[in-house]
Amino acid sequence: MNDKSKIVIGLIIFFVIITSPFWYNMGKAVSVPEPKLSDKAKAAKVCVESKEYMKTNHMHILDIWRNEVVRKGNRTYTNSMGKEYNISLSSGEESCLGCHGDKAEFCDKCHTYASVEPYCWDCHINPKEKK
Amino acid sequence: MNVKYMFPLAAVVVLMLLSYVGAEAGGLSALFGIVIPYLAVIIFIAGFARRILDWSNSSVPFRIPTTCGQQKSLPWIKQNKIDNPSSLGGVILRMFFEVCCFRSLFRNTKNELYNGSHLTYSWEIWLWVAALAFHYAFLVVVVRHLRFFLEPVPACVKLIEFFDGFFHIEFVDSIIQIGLPGIMISGIVLLAAVIFLFLRRILIPQVNYISLAADYFPLFLIMGIACSGIFMRYFTKVDVIGIKEFTMGLVTFHPVIPEGIGGVFYIHLFLVSVLLAYFPFSKLMHAGGIFLSPTRNLANNTRAVRHINPWNYDVPVHTYEEYEDDFREKMIEAGLPVEKELK
Amino acid sequence: MTELKPDELLAKIDRNPPASGWMDTPIEIRKGIYCYAANPKSVEYLGLPNARKWNPLEKDWKLPENWQEIIHNGFKERLEKFRTFKIFMDICVRCGACADKCHFFIGTGDPKNMPVLRAELLRSVYRNDFTTFGKILGKVGGARKMTLDVLKEWWYYFFQCTECRRCSVFCPYGIDTAEITIMGRELLNLIGLNIDWIATPVANCYRTGNHLGIQPHAFKDMLDFFVEDIEEVTGVQLEPQYNKKGADILFVTPSGDVFADPGTYTCMGYMMLFHYLKEKYGLDVTWSTYASEGGNFGFFTSHETMKRLNSKMYAEAKRLGVKWILGGECGHMWRVVHQYMDTMNGPADFMEEPVSPITGTKFENAKSTKMVHIAEFTADLIKHNKLELDVTRNDHLKVTYHDSCNPARGMGLLDEPRYVINNVCNNFYEMPANTIREQTFCCGSGAGLNAGENIELRMAGGLPRANAVKYVHEKHGVNMLACICAIDRAAFPALMEYWVPEVDVIGLHELVANALIMPGESKRTTDLRGEPLLGMEDEADE
Repeated sequence: MNDKSKIVIGLIIFFVIITSPFWYNMGKAVSVPEPKLSDKAKAAKVCVESKEYMKTNHMHILDIWRNEVVRKGNRTYTNSMGKEYNISLSSGEESCLGCHGDKAEFCDKCHTYASVEPYCWDCHINPKEKK
Repeated sequence: MNVKYMFPLAAVVVLMLLSYVGAEAGGLSALFGIVIPYLAVIIFIAGFARRILDWSNSSVPFRIPTTCGQQKSLPWIKQNKIDNPSSLGGVILRMFFEVCCFRSLFRNTKNELYNGSHLTYSWEIWLWVAALAFHYAFLVVVVRHLRFFLEPVPACVKLIEFFDGFFHIEFVDSIIQIGLPGIMISGIVLLAAVIFLFLRRILIPQVNYISLAADYFPLFLIMGIACSGIFMRYFTKVDVIGIKEFTMGLVTFHPVIPEGIGGVFYIHLFLVSVLLAYFPFSKLMHAGGIFLSPTRNLANNTRAVRHINPWNYDVPVHTYEEYEDDFREKMIEAGLPVEKELK
Repeated sequence: MTELKPDELLAKIDRNPPASGWMDTPIEIRKGIYCYAANPKSVEYLGLPNARKWNPLEKDWKLPENWQEIIHNGFKERLEKFRTFKIFMDICVRCGACADKCHFFIGTGDPKNMPVLRAELLRSVYRNDFTTFGKILGKVGGARKMTLDVLKEWWYYFFQCTECRRCSVFCPYGIDTAEITIMGRELLNLIGLNIDWIATPVANCYRTGNHLGIQPHAFKDMLDFFVEDIEEVTGVQLEPQYNKKGADILFVTPSGDVFADPGTYTCMGYMMLFHYLKEKYGLDVTWSTYASEGGNFGFFTSHETMKRLNSKMYAEAKRLGVKWILGGECGHMWRVVHQYMDTMNGPADFMEEPVSPITGTKFENAKSTKMVHIAEFTADLIKHNKLELDVTRNDHLKVTYHDSCNPARGMGLLDEPRYVINNVCNNFYEMPANTIREQTFCCGSGAGLNAGENIELRMAGGLPRANAVKYVHEKHGVNMLACICAIDRAAFPALMEYWVPEVDVIGLHELVANALIMPGESKRTTDLRGEPLLGMEDEADE
């Protein structure tokens, strides 16, 4: 029984599937998204914590903030330097979005790139968004 | 001390240290981040192909499926078309259930000698559950990781991520600090299943007795991969954008090493590379072998369709003529017909 | 019989493996477990290698100088010739699902009787000789060199496997220990390590046409003797035909049925059925003295030897010019016929596609091999109401049915015999589901292990089967174990006597013949064995 051709075809299909990332991205120039800082943010120079920390841990801070506010009513965050901040994602100037005004350019760009779908916006709305 | 699992455990620990120290302190991030992963993929593909082709070079002289149900015979007898297929369609179904549902393992029973005199057989499903959980969790984890390798991320990958994180399990505890990003079930299931499979090997005396170092090594390796992955995602946190920049560099053949990627990531990546490179030389090739297993992938129709043995050769036989020569006199005396009468 | 009493044998079963690893646990070849070495005359007659007198208990096995080389080269050759072998060497993950599926493991507790370890005996050498990892890692990598101790271990354990394939049903990759054992035994045969219970029947079969070495005139005598017995019970005079040219059908069955009870009654059953079909429908069936063996102990020696013995069936069918071949009740015979014969010795283009001349049924499933199983044939006759049956003549029996390993797992002949049984007797009880059909347990004596000297092994290996019989005996009062295998009929009487003495053994066509109303028969008061029928106890005595 000569089943070698079938086996080779199967093998090729398998290899095409496992190497699909190489084919999928072929010819595409993928640039890494840079979150765009608003002028206000640029001027402030620092966020509530260091840039590196915020890059990797912002979701964690937001998670804790939510619980502090919703469950304990505590709206004050003391950062690692001892400085105090108002806790809010989207209300007013003293909030995350107050500084990082452009959600699409600041948040969504990277989230889309990394295929992350935060559920912040299940409850919150972006105040600058036109209804 | 059991060398059968201490040796592979030590090996995996050494591998982890090697990559951590090498990338973190040794300045070998290009080696561990670029050279080794590429090499691993090449070894995987070449090794896998070589092994499969090597198998395909061996012939299948006889059609010997293990039949696990009623054969096709008389038209009014109901055939078990899946467990005893007589056609290509049946074989495809049988293979589908075998590959995708672990059909044979599902049958697993446990035998015990009850009261010292009665043998009992009970359905033993846990091996099947763990095996299925392990393989599917691994598949989901791999598919999920495609978000790092594809840009834009296709909808199907997003969908899998959505279902994987569907339960929104949140351990709201600022001490353990697990909450965001959302828990992915697959990672937990994978780790749990691997641990189950490991404990099985340690605790069941028979399974322990048959286990080799080669059985523990992939388990430790996968445990290492799962733990380092979980550690990065939920505990140390890593710069995901930086990692995607790195992985996209790999798949577009413009490799870069971005700044600020932690040592844990290199452990993770190195263990995956080792797993890939180890795969074709190990029992993990069961993944390919199951498709070629002649007791499962052939139809049980040998009496209806002649199977050809490519190396069939003539053998010495005792012919009827020789037989009659031996016994002619006696045959004639007994009144049995003969070809040649006595002279 | 073994000196061990049944409860002593049960008490001996220790499932806990020894403290030392299996590679470090030397074997002790034990009386009651191993089979005697082959008679050199038989080996020589067949032209197989290294015929000499040797004794497994002695240190020196009188091997050829370069035996390691022979084994290595034989191993290599078989890896290339058999994909099964190669894949089964490579892909086992040692999940252990097969471990407690083996009747020898269940009955002995010996860890090397776990199918996975039986295969590891070969795999360990395979790794050392043929894989890079094995060469580098050595023992840690599960590899070991081929030494005399390893060889002895092979011999000891490959003759403790009956090639029943039960483990293969449960293996997630279909790894078939029968295939492993077949290869192991082929390799052993290359350096003259056979057992006499296999080699001598093979030599007999090669010369006389059957395992028992019955010469043509004696074969006829034995069947003529059955004619007398049948006449005594039924009053009907039979005229079996031998080596008849131009007959419709050639009938081949294991010679065991000609030779020893209770197979002899099954043989009478065939003869009565053929007589009935001849009288009623003019069906012309012939026996052959040349192809007077359905079984094939060559299968337990090597593929080549199997082919040498099997060639007689087609050769005889061709010489006699029959339309097709009908095969009797036998286990491994049907594995060979169903899965090997056409490939090895075909194509059988000198015969016609089998059609039952009585019912017109085309046996589509046998259209190439041109050989039909008698259970298929009889089931078809019954379905078409072609047999007159008095079912009450089996009322003194409470029957259970044992699926023989090979027809169950190498063919799938499961419902045909059940259909026949249900139509020829009123009291039929199935054994528990995990012990029948594709999960059936071996008799413990298959694949050439039906010797006398390994009786302890046979009783231990037959335990799972006997235990299931005991269950239906206690629950339903079953007193008869029906089967479609000549080895079963040879092995079960001893096994039943040991474990369930109240149960006797019967072939399917003995049941058929008991019920079959022969044209011109006198009133029957006994069954074929001379046992009174239910309600005929008084008349039978007269």
